[in-house]
Amino acid sequence: MAELNSKVKELFEKDLIDIFIGYEEGTRNPRPYFAYSAQDADNLVFNDKCQGNLAVYLTRKDLVGGKRVGISASYFALKSISQLFDENQLKEDLLIVLGMKEDGSILEFKGLDEIRTYLSEAKAPSKQKDDELLKELSEMSQAERWQFWSDELSKCFKCYACRAACPMCYCTKCIIEVNRPQWIQPWISTQGNMEWQINRVMHMAGRCSDCGSCGAACPIGIPIHLLTHMMTKTVAANFGESNEQGNVLSTFKPDDKENFIL
Amino acid sequence: MNNEFEPKVVAFVCNWCTYAGADLTGTSRIKYASNVKIVRFPCTGRIDFMLLLKAFANGADGIIVSGCHPNDCHYTSGNFHARRRWILFRSLLDFMGIDINRIQFSWVSAAEGAKWADIVNKTVTNIRELGPYMEYRRAANFLEANEEELTKELARNKEEEVKHG
Amino acid sequence: MERKYISQDSLKTWLSKLNDEGKHIYAPVAKGDKTDFKHIKSVGEISMEHIQTTQSAKAIAFPRTEKLFSYTKNKGDVSLQDYDSSVIPETVVFGLHPCDAAGFRPLSNIFNWGTPDTPFNERMKRTTLIALSCSQCDEACFCTSVNGSPGNTEGSDILLTKIKDGYLVEVVTDKGKELVSKYENLFDAAPEVNKEEFLANVPQKFGLEELQQRISNMFESEVWKQQSARCLGCGACAFVCPTCACFDIQEDNKGSKGSRLRCWDSCGFSLFTVHTSGHNPREVQSQRWRQRLLHKFSYMPERLSVRGCTGCGRCSRACPVDMNIAEHLSSISKLENVEK
Repeated sequence: MAELNSKVKELFEKDLIDIFIGYEEGTRNPRPYFAYSAQDADNLVFNDKCQGNLAVYLTRKDLVGGKRVGISASYFALKSISQLFDENQLKEDLLIVLGMKEDGSILEFKGLDEIRTYLSEAKAPSKQKDDELLKELSEMSQAERWQFWSDELSKCFKCYACRAACPMCYCTKCIIEVNRPQWIQPWISTQGNMEWQINRVMHMAGRCSDCGSCGAACPIGIPIHLLTHMMTKTVAANFGESNEQGNVLSTFKPDDKENFIL
Repeated sequence: MNNEFEPKVVAFVCNWCTYAGADLTGTSRIKYASNVKIVRFPCTGRIDFMLLLKAFANGADGIIVSGCHPNDCHYTSGNFHARRRWILFRSLLDFMGIDINRIQFSWVSAAEGAKWADIVNKTVTNIRELGPYMEYRRAANFLEANEEELTKELARNKEEEVKHG
Repeated sequence: MERKYISQDSLKTWLSKLNDEGKHIYAPVAKGDKTDFKHIKSVGEISMEHIQTTQSAKAIAFPRTEKLFSYTKNKGDVSLQDYDSSVIPETVVFGLHPCDAAGFRPLSNIFNWGTPDTPFNERMKRTTLIALSCSQCDEACFCTSVNGSPGNTEGSDILLTKIKDGYLVEVVTDKGKELVSKYENLFDAAPEVNKEEFLANVPQKFGLEELQQRISNMFESEVWKQQSARCLGCGACAFVCPTCACFDIQEDNKGSKGSRLRCWDSCGFSLFTVHTSGHNPREVQSQRWRQRLLHKFSYMPERLSVRGCTGCGRCSRACPVDMNIAEHLSSISKLENVEK
């Protein structure tokens, strides 16, 4: 951790950044923190209790617009950053990324290519618990799955914390806000709640870093991150892990395989 | 009055192949189930997945989505994009327990009038067996103070449905 | 105020009898690591272990979505079906904490500001609150900083306090009396106890006086920007809050039939204040965060003579980025250079 503090201090002292996005100690767990000076850098922490995906702040114009930004990025945040670059949301010369490895060491990336190379070689942190839940669900009958999800999603009160916590949800006008005509029901019903999640997950397909921030952000604990986790796996199984050609749903291969079209 | 269940099927088809194919079915005087309502789109690539959900929400018991065979798209690649979308959408629906047996995807060219009749007939027979798709429609009821009641009511209705056939 | 005693077993019997009477009982039910108010069918479902339910009990009187009226069009004629209060069941909310019970007063003042709101009032009329004092608290609780307390009777119809193997029963209102007198034999005389001994010790986080002096005069302060920097702009805090009452009116329209719905909304959403022209008077999150705090601690006390916060701490617990409200309020209360 001291390594992070001194590194960020150095960045400020050399005048390479205007703001650094990291974590500070919070009430129970560390919380997002923005350092603006070498002095602020002392407050930074990074450990395995850090939740959420800091890349979500990289598209916040009122926070980082026009500034030179530094960020401490977990594996998943790195994935999101790489994806945000693919979508032309970030400028390489305005961003300094410090990769935080699980063992606490820091990776300094010189540019986007190094991040990409690292991601192509690094192993994704294990998601054993989610994988087990996924397996459990896929072994259920269709009716049981319907029961499970209609039960869970009936609790949703549409606070959109899932959307707010997601680095990929940076649209200025979300599909849920399209109301001429009303596309997705804005009131609370199991069906409307499902439609919202289906839209969210479809829009994430192939873009999602699988960080699980959506599920962690849900104040009522609906396991919506299982939907994106499942989608990430489905994308990988059908179209491969890498999307060098571009986003999964805006590209295609003539020999994509399916078994349900007559 | 006949109380037998008549499935409502909505077909989302592309203008260039399946719509023309369905037209050919008609001009060839091939008879097929009249339960289907056809909605014409410029291309399968234009068929937003939300439209399928809207159809279920508004009373469809089954859905057909059909367009040009691969490599035959009027716009070169619309159907390839659509295919990717369907692969993911279908597995997501299945994971959430939405009945994907009620959605039939197909490629029907402008020359395949007989195939169109066949697809419609098969789908209608299939949906007739599956019965009306009430679960999804009922989930549209907005939930007042408590959700449990709705879930219980659903279970009750289902029992009654089973009882009364 | 009448004081009585009820044993653990008699409490169960009492609730079962109320349930058998046909009253809808809402009580905390645990599922996984979350506890929330549910319409229970049997007393066995009730969970008493939690510190705080995830959501407040406000949905009892202010549901997430409520049908205000419906209409049918028939060849140029429109027939209106007005709000039907006859379907609202007699309701008992059991096991809410004093901070939740106190939350119904700000709600009521909002819904009766100018035009009395029929749905809210009709629901309240049929609702009896059996609250439960807090014997434990966590780091998010701050009721004592906003004139509340873990044993506060304000807002409750009946307040129970756990003493050893039973409960001290304080019957606060006539509504409460009605529920008790019907089953008089289940209750005993109250023992001589000091209630305070059985309550959680909720530390005071800030001085209300100091806060109040400053907050009304700092509309232009830089503090809002600093505090709200990490806020993501979701509605979690507003939706779990016992006093947040913002709503949106929606039309559920199909063919010639439709109904008008009232749905929860939040001032934290960026679209909350967008005008038809596209202009947004609260353009950035700092303005929305300011609105949230000023509404609760300045506008409501001034206009409705009640504070919009009861110190339940739910917003702090629900926030994905730990926007700890007590911490923010406490730092405001210590600000210098604010015109008092």
